[in-house]
Amino acid sequence: MRKLFAFCLISLIIPAFFISACAVKPKSSKPTITIWHWMTDRQPAFEALAKKYEEQTGIKVNFELYAPSDAYSQKVRAAAQGKTLPDIYGLLGEKRDFASFIKSDHVADLTPFLEENNGKWRKEFFAKALAVNEFKEDNTYGVKAGFYGVPIDVMTIEMLYNKKLFKKAGLDPNNPPATWGEFLHAIQRLREVGIQGLVSGWGEIWMIDCLASNYAFNIMGEKKVLATIKGEVPYTDPDWIKVFDLFLQMRDKKVLVTGVITMVNKTAEQLFSNEKCAFAFNGSWCVNVYKGMNPVLDYGAMLPPQVSDKNPMMVWGGAASSFLVNNRSASKEQAVAFLKWLTSPEQQIYLAEATNNLPANQNALKGIPVVLAQFAEAMEYTTHPNIWGVSEFPAVIEKLDKGLQAIIIGENTPEQLAQDVQKIKAREMAKAKK
Amino acid sequence: MRIKSTLENYVFVLPAVSIFTIFYIIPFIWVLQLSMFSWDGILPTKIFVGLENFKEIILQDPSWWESMWNAGYITLIALTLQNTVAFLLAWACDREIKMKNFYRVIFFIPPVLSEIVVGMAWRFIINDVDGANIINRMLVSIGLPQLAHNWLSDPKTALTTVALVHSWKGFGWGFLIFLAGLQTIPRELYEAARVDGAGSWRIFKNITLPLMIPVFVLVAILTVLGTMQAFVLILGLVGGEFAGHTSVPVLRILAVMRDSSRFGYACAQGISFGVILVAISFIQYRLSKRYRQA
Repeated sequence: MRKLFAFCLISLIIPAFFISACAVKPKSSKPTITIWHWMTDRQPAFEALAKKYEEQTGIKVNFELYAPSDAYSQKVRAAAQGKTLPDIYGLLGEKRDFASFIKSDHVADLTPFLEENNGKWRKEFFAKALAVNEFKEDNTYGVKAGFYGVPIDVMTIEMLYNKKLFKKAGLDPNNPPATWGEFLHAIQRLREVGIQGLVSGWGEIWMIDCLASNYAFNIMGEKKVLATIKGEVPYTDPDWIKVFDLFLQMRDKKVLVTGVITMVNKTAEQLFSNEKCAFAFNGSWCVNVYKGMNPVLDYGAMLPPQVSDKNPMMVWGGAASSFLVNNRSASKEQAVAFLKWLTSPEQQIYLAEATNNLPANQNALKGIPVVLAQFAEAMEYTTHPNIWGVSEFPAVIEKLDKGLQAIIIGENTPEQLAQDVQKIKAREMAKAKK
Repeated sequence: MRIKSTLENYVFVLPAVSIFTIFYIIPFIWVLQLSMFSWDGILPTKIFVGLENFKEIILQDPSWWESMWNAGYITLIALTLQNTVAFLLAWACDREIKMKNFYRVIFFIPPVLSEIVVGMAWRFIINDVDGANIINRMLVSIGLPQLAHNWLSDPKTALTTVALVHSWKGFGWGFLIFLAGLQTIPRELYEAARVDGAGSWRIFKNITLPLMIPVFVLVAILTVLGTMQAFVLILGLVGGEFAGHTSVPVLRILAVMRDSSRFGYACAQGISFGVILVAISFIQYRLSKRYRQA
């Protein structure tokens, strides 16, 4: 009987344990704002700002860091499914995912707040940075037009070159190559003195996608790239083959550092900062990373050398990280108030100084480092898949990126890749029509 | 009285059944259900597609089958090389040799290490780009510079390198189970055989091997199940799928779920993978049963 009693007790305790874990915490008079993010390098600065905000307003702000970004992304998705997202959070993913979050009521429409006082808050941001969080009228995602997030900093993804290694190879450190031909010539000169060429974290396939997209814009222009995504131009078009052929040229001319396609970006950053190669393809966040790895690294930022002069070279850029407000949050108003405070010039200047990231507020650009200023100059050439209004099918992107990797290791040709990608595109379009 | 006894029995198993149902049965049913939907993992609406996801896996997804092939290759290396090494070491340690307890501890260190740590450490040992590449230096120093190259960045050697590191990491489990199996063989059998004039090879062939068959089956099943599902080590070593060359089913499922937001399809891949693993285990079990009866 005693055993029976013990088991009955255990049977009750176990469910009670799980139920109590799901219990809601009692609310205090002043709310605590919880923010989830993945930005390890920014956590100390965020914590300092949270302390300052609490001193000023009495409202406690908890910045909860969940890194790396892959794990963070999964956490946010799981929380969305369980409707347990925090008051403020960042979203990593494509515009399609962003739209799904909005349609599932996980994101508050910030348009009324941004447009208050004749759009005062909106006008403080770089327009391109805010555009990443915007859904325009008649967007293909079926989302009500408006702004659904605010950027806290901005970024551009460009090429970087090592000035010291340039000098060693007899190249002018103040005139980095501007055209593809000049770039290949520079690589040849560098190789003659035993210096490797370009490094990038192409083990993370989105970065290879990014460079391919830059050259697609340069070779065929925005209209044709978007027409391809819409299914109006096939990937077998000669212009796309020209884009893919650049990766073949990079292979043939030994432009790339060995092992580039199994390399995560952190490794690529180490190689560039340790002066093992002359060029890198990386985002503006690298300024902070390189500073930590090699404070005396002498380098400059440049646009990827252009192949065609018919269209401008466009690089990915805009909002580096944005914060969204949970539409189900009980502290929605306070969360928006905090974001207004966080994106004000004073806080943005502090964030830029502390983290070496480009501020999202245009009025906070004073005193940023020279290389960061070079990245800022590229803002006018930025574009981003999240502002195109259309999204490519993920299966097509995957095929394309892996195909480019295969070209680099000599297992595919530009023509074959074009056919493979188009085949997947046709399949996905047929599926979407169903 | 009988009702009370029955009730008591049910109450005893209730906690275990509850936990099993909550954490295994319900999620399994949910995954099975999701595998028949097209869902991005966020939207509340899911579109029923029936068996379309399974049809796509079987007929239109070469990258899935490529990942299965890669996992099969790693498993083959593990089944042969890893388990042979594990058995030979266990056999050696079962004999009266000096410091056998020390060896037992040493051989069991790799399996208890974190897979990601092992991956990163071996990457440092092997890789020419961001590591010390001790292997290449050794090859050069012993006069074989022609063999030195980027083991993990060369599509021809990446998968084999992964398989070898996996075998290094995993042989300790087999070693431990084989050793336990060898120690259950009565010593009297060996002594009697020796008295009858049997040599070492004869004893091994006629006593050790037949009595170890159930252990071989167990180790083989565990090796297949463990190796087919390996992916953390690959992430640590290569960082991902390396243009498909080091792609394995779990990495594929992750990529489909995380990068393509196709939760329904990923669930279908998970179910298909589970079915394949169960089928392999069942075949192994049946074969071993038949062999034992023979």
